[in-house]
Amino acid sequence: MAEKVLMKGNEALAEAAIMAGCRHYFGYPITPQTEIAAYMAKRMPKIGGTFLQAESEIAAINMVYGAAAAGKRAMTSSSSPGIALKSEGLSYLAGSDLPALIINVQRGGPGLGGIQPSQSDYFHATRGAGHGDFHMIVLAPASVQEMVDLTFKGFDLADKYRSPVMLLSDGTMGQMMEPVSLDMGEVKEYDKSSWATNGTKCEREHNVVNSLFIQPDELERYNFERYERYAHIEANEVMYSEYCMDDAEICIVAYGVAARVSQNAVDKAREQGIKVGMIRPITLWPFPKAVLNAAADKVKAFISVELSMGQLIEDVQLATSCKKPVLLCNRTGGMIPTTEDVLASINKANSVGGDK
Amino acid sequence: MTKSILLAGFGGQGILFSGKFLAYKGLIEGNEVSWLPSYGPEMRGGTCNCSVILSDRQIGSPIVTNPDILIAMNLPSLDKFENAVVPGGQIFVDSTLIERKVNRDDVDVFYIPATRLASENGFQTLANMVMIGHLLSKGDFTRDNIDTAMGKIVSAKRQNLLDSNIAAVELGYNY
Repeated sequence: MAEKVLMKGNEALAEAAIMAGCRHYFGYPITPQTEIAAYMAKRMPKIGGTFLQAESEIAAINMVYGAAAAGKRAMTSSSSPGIALKSEGLSYLAGSDLPALIINVQRGGPGLGGIQPSQSDYFHATRGAGHGDFHMIVLAPASVQEMVDLTFKGFDLADKYRSPVMLLSDGTMGQMMEPVSLDMGEVKEYDKSSWATNGTKCEREHNVVNSLFIQPDELERYNFERYERYAHIEANEVMYSEYCMDDAEICIVAYGVAARVSQNAVDKAREQGIKVGMIRPITLWPFPKAVLNAAADKVKAFISVELSMGQLIEDVQLATSCKKPVLLCNRTGGMIPTTEDVLASINKANSVGGDK
Repeated sequence: MTKSILLAGFGGQGILFSGKFLAYKGLIEGNEVSWLPSYGPEMRGGTCNCSVILSDRQIGSPIVTNPDILIAMNLPSLDKFENAVVPGGQIFVDSTLIERKVNRDDVDVFYIPATRLASENGFQTLANMVMIGHLLSKGDFTRDNIDTAMGKIVSAKRQNLLDSNIAAVELGYNY
């Protein structure tokens, strides 16, 4: 085990990307994720990689498309308003079955919003990252170590399923420092020769990377095939963690920094004798539906703790078929719920839960 | 055992750096640690603060709203955070820059003219480390690992500043 070092989430993530074999980074500065670009600018030239500050977010995501089409591990990073600009490119990546890692270090919205931490791009990431029928795998780190681990895993999942993967983080995770181990293990190589447009050398047929299929039956067939892959992802790639769920009567659902705050609240509520636990989705898509549905048969209420106006809560309601009430504990605009806020919701759930 | 520390002052006083020192010292001593800076407009000249948590168990929220220890290096920071400190906690005040006294009587207060001491001893920009030294002597900390922790956070290009930072910590420790 390598010695743990203290690193900022943004910088640790950037180093993890390099360790995962990413040598092509394209970005455009925006708070609170600029350290990623700064780190890449410093490191990439030293290891023969590409750091390119594009003229815009839209240019950056299309450069990622180009590098990914050539079979290279590529990434971009931005924060909420910048990610919105990349939406068209995300759809094109998905429509062309291209692997890439996209980092969103979320800040408050809508519009230009603010620069403080937020989770209000949940719908964007899990539902509407662009036009057309598609999903991205969405990973939600709740520590600097997970910023590292999920970046490494994100590149692997992207290659494995030929799909864009989004790391949905927030300003807290990006800015904070925690001890982190960069002991990543082997990078798994994937054979991309059947599709990568990296030069035929006049020795093979042309590979074509494309998302335009003008014949509707052909386009439908591609979409059906992609959704078969999505079904496989949903069956095999769900990740979550449980905290104090064994005897829980109330279940908090939270990801990222909201889960960190909720963990304190669970501890405090347990001191008061309230049986509360937490299920923390690590993949937001695919969402951990089965474990939540099973929990719905045991607990009397759920609480969705989020830095948004009730977005995660919809997935909790869907996953549990609204079998039990789901309370919302939230702040938005860059504000973060306090432990006491969550504790108040736990007390409320403890008194109203089960009445449904 | 969990210690939550809030360090606050003006941008440029080295608030984030001194927090990083505490975090690294904690890490070396086998603690779980987290360090969370304020970021945004306050970085560009206004007030600035930094949350550091040291614990023997996994850390939940990295956000410190009610610190066990407050280090206040300017008046706005003391005004803003004085009442947030938990009863029985500690407040460290740079008395060169903050003329008023702490109003609470349920916390331990330590006044140290850190900015003047630093300046008189040729460490003009190291009042932050003088404060940290005083914290280490008066709070529940050890004197160990100061050199090692400092070595981790002073960048390779600035190793000439290592000795002066350590000396500033000693100055505050012995005050």
